[in-house]
Amino acid sequence: MNDEIIVSDSEIVEGAVTHAAVRRSEWLMIIAEAWRMRRTKIGVGIFGGIVLLAIVGPWIAPYSPTEFVAAPFSSPEIPKMWLGSDYLGHDVLTRVLYGGRTVILLALAATVIGLALGVTLGLITGYARRWIDESVMRILDVVLAFPQIVLTLLFVSVLGPRLWLIVLIVGISHAPRIARVARAATLEVAQRDFVRAAEAFGVPRRKILFNEILPSITSPLLVEFGLRLTYSIGLIAALSFLGFGMQPPAADWGLMINENRVGIVIQPWPVFVPVLLIGILTIATNLIADGLGRALIGIERDTGVG
Amino acid sequence: METVSAAGPTKSPEPEVVLNVEGLRIVLDPSGLDIDDDVTLVIRRGEVLGLVGESASGKTTVATSLLDYQRRGARIAGGTVEIDGQDILAMGPAALRAIRGGTISYVPQDSSAALNPALRIGLQLMEILEVHAFGASGAEREARVAQMMAEVLLPSDKAFLRRYPHQLSGGQQQRVAIAMAFANRPKVIVLDEPTTALDVTTQAHVLDTIRDLTKSYGVAALYVTHDLAVVSNLADRIAVLYAGRLVEIGTRDELFAAGCHPYTRKLLASIPDITGERALRGIPGWAPRPGKRPTGCVFTPRCDWAVDRCHEEFPPVEEPSAGRRVRCWRWQEVRAQAAELDIHLRDKSLSARGAEETTVISVRDVTAFYQRKEILHGITTTLSERRCLSLVGESGSGKTTLARCIAGLHPHKIGGDIEFDGKALARDARDRPRATRQAIQYIFQSPYSSLNPRKTIGQILSQPLRVFFDLSRDEMEGRMEKVLEQVALDSSLLSRYPDQLSGGERQRVAIARGLAAEPTVLICDEVTSWLDVSVQAAIIELLAGLQREMGLSMLFVTHNLALVRSISQEVAVMNEGRIVEYGGVDAVLEDPQADYTKKLLSDTPTIPAVTAEV
Repeated sequence: MNDEIIVSDSEIVEGAVTHAAVRRSEWLMIIAEAWRMRRTKIGVGIFGGIVLLAIVGPWIAPYSPTEFVAAPFSSPEIPKMWLGSDYLGHDVLTRVLYGGRTVILLALAATVIGLALGVTLGLITGYARRWIDESVMRILDVVLAFPQIVLTLLFVSVLGPRLWLIVLIVGISHAPRIARVARAATLEVAQRDFVRAAEAFGVPRRKILFNEILPSITSPLLVEFGLRLTYSIGLIAALSFLGFGMQPPAADWGLMINENRVGIVIQPWPVFVPVLLIGILTIATNLIADGLGRALIGIERDTGVG
Repeated sequence: METVSAAGPTKSPEPEVVLNVEGLRIVLDPSGLDIDDDVTLVIRRGEVLGLVGESASGKTTVATSLLDYQRRGARIAGGTVEIDGQDILAMGPAALRAIRGGTISYVPQDSSAALNPALRIGLQLMEILEVHAFGASGAEREARVAQMMAEVLLPSDKAFLRRYPHQLSGGQQQRVAIAMAFANRPKVIVLDEPTTALDVTTQAHVLDTIRDLTKSYGVAALYVTHDLAVVSNLADRIAVLYAGRLVEIGTRDELFAAGCHPYTRKLLASIPDITGERALRGIPGWAPRPGKRPTGCVFTPRCDWAVDRCHEEFPPVEEPSAGRRVRCWRWQEVRAQAAELDIHLRDKSLSARGAEETTVISVRDVTAFYQRKEILHGITTTLSERRCLSLVGESGSGKTTLARCIAGLHPHKIGGDIEFDGKALARDARDRPRATRQAIQYIFQSPYSSLNPRKTIGQILSQPLRVFFDLSRDEMEGRMEKVLEQVALDSSLLSRYPDQLSGGERQRVAIARGLAAEPTVLICDEVTSWLDVSVQAAIIELLAGLQREMGLSMLFVTHNLALVRSISQEVAVMNEGRIVEYGGVDAVLEDPQADYTKKLLSDTPTIPAVTAEV
């Protein structure tokens, strides 16, 4: 029978990592496979480094972020001010060390919200099909038609610059894209007989979605999570830059770029360093997402299962 | 179509050997475990050799090795494959490309996956001829394409050749693949279960085509299959592969009449017997995979003949007669006694009608739709208590649709009445009362799809228990162990995942899941079609036993008419959404009335009468 190749492969081929494990906890396998790629290692290295910097930053910072240490836009002075001072005379290094937390935290929170919402919508539409699928997906298409930044700005400018609102709106703006991915995966899994079996028993739909189908679609979602995190970082930073995120005198990378851009000619560091950090942070998350995506394709090719 | 009896072993002089395989050994990298070892066989001009083995026996691996191809992770570690004295395995990539599809060609199991979906079939046929520089001109090649199409009994007009693979039926696709394989007049052709996905009628036609082409072209053919019945009319000789070792090889008649290896005998006994004289006997256990094979003789764990010596040493090749080879310490005894051992007469009392019969499920004038299209046209039938009704038909006959309508799993429009215990059934299982959902259990065709791969067997079995019963954790454990015992599985499987189980074990788990609901009606939808013949026999034995012991009413859906006798008392033959014949199994199979039933019976591959005589 045609299971021969799969079955005889399953226990032995890949040495330590068996294909039998693939179908069980595929996402672990994908992480392992992705980790073999240099791009993933670099991505994780950079991302880990910046996150670590953001976490321990406040403890190693030489000053308080709101302390005036020098005249505005002073040039770097080692060892007093490694990166000079900003437009109010705060220490730039200190503010950089403090300013990463919000971006990373808000981006993570927004991505998680987007994932939860998108996955739920994707599961429901992919499983229900028919009119629910049609109507929900068309509404999501409308949401998709707005550029994410425009959508977020619209809500934030109407409802006011509140952090929870930014997180929520960025999350919501991710939802349609994640929903599409989740829906496509659900469509395939929902046809399998174990779903029919659960239906025949009369297992409630909610349990079928979350207990039967969800565990089988984690892999594409893992990749999607990495990708959406990249966009979240950019969006949150952009909103801060536009003045809708953290408010002065809080230290925040996006806000720092805005505050200090007038002095960019005489003291570039308070603009340059946050830009650089945000840039390489998104590159890092993108590398990770890319590694996961490639691993997913590779594993699907090898095993013929999604 | 000519009969096979002409292809006996007595022809002389013997044609020359075309394919010569010696000591072929294929291992897995990096572990070095062997998939196949010491495979030695020859195929002569115009001869078909059937290579028979269960899943994971390494038969496909042997087949692709003849083209010096291995899937990722496997490597040919030794031996020679010679075609007309030329060693394939010693060839460079360019030379290999030149002979693949030319001198030696391959017909895959699933032709729908092998044909390029984006190219018209005419182009694909032309391509294979161009690559191997067949003929001198385009016109000559076109003529050859037309000739090939005619030989595989397909239209060769331009319109047909301009079709894409998806515009052909499964049987037509397989014929195109066969035409491609024969196009360059190969010397050797390797057929890897090319009929597994086909209906019996289509299968019969495809097998006829293969036989005719092999004879008329004088090709040496290797036909790989798990089903001895399929090659029984096709192969001149048969090689039996077990756990990567050839345990027996000989002419078809020798093997069927007096197999020298216990495994050969058991394989024969596991073939459903359409005459109904023989009981079906499964082979317990399964073929061990590389790395899990026992020392000594590989078949020992499943062998009734095993003695101490078998556990210690793998038997050498012995030759009972010229061209016949066997690897068993006790082959002489096996051959001598084989006849007596194999008679397991079927208990005919089972198919006798009971005195009083209570109707459990009645189907009246049921029509069913797929979207707007009507696919069942007024079906009327009944299932009685403690009886088994078989629904037999080819794909597209509507048998599965009917079963799903009864189970509440048909998502489209249904007309007519389906009643259970005198009460009408709702279309959707969800809308049925809990007691009804519990009473009717459905076993799915593919155990690879019906068990959630992310859940343990314990979690899978607990699903019906949670839905239908209010049990404590301990009670639940107890129930799960009980149902596993009923399907002859060990309770240690509870913590395993489906992919750690063989196909047969998975199907047993699926049956156990159905039993856990404590049903009164069991609907089995082609439950053995994904399984090896040997495993199929064991599952049928199990189901028949369960039905008797638990007093279940059973609806058994199958495309295999030969299976029907071994399990059911009544049979309904379906064709194109209608029941064309209904009656007791013996009556329908011995004296079919409908033309369709007659055709189905004659197309069903069956082993020659030799085994029934002994």
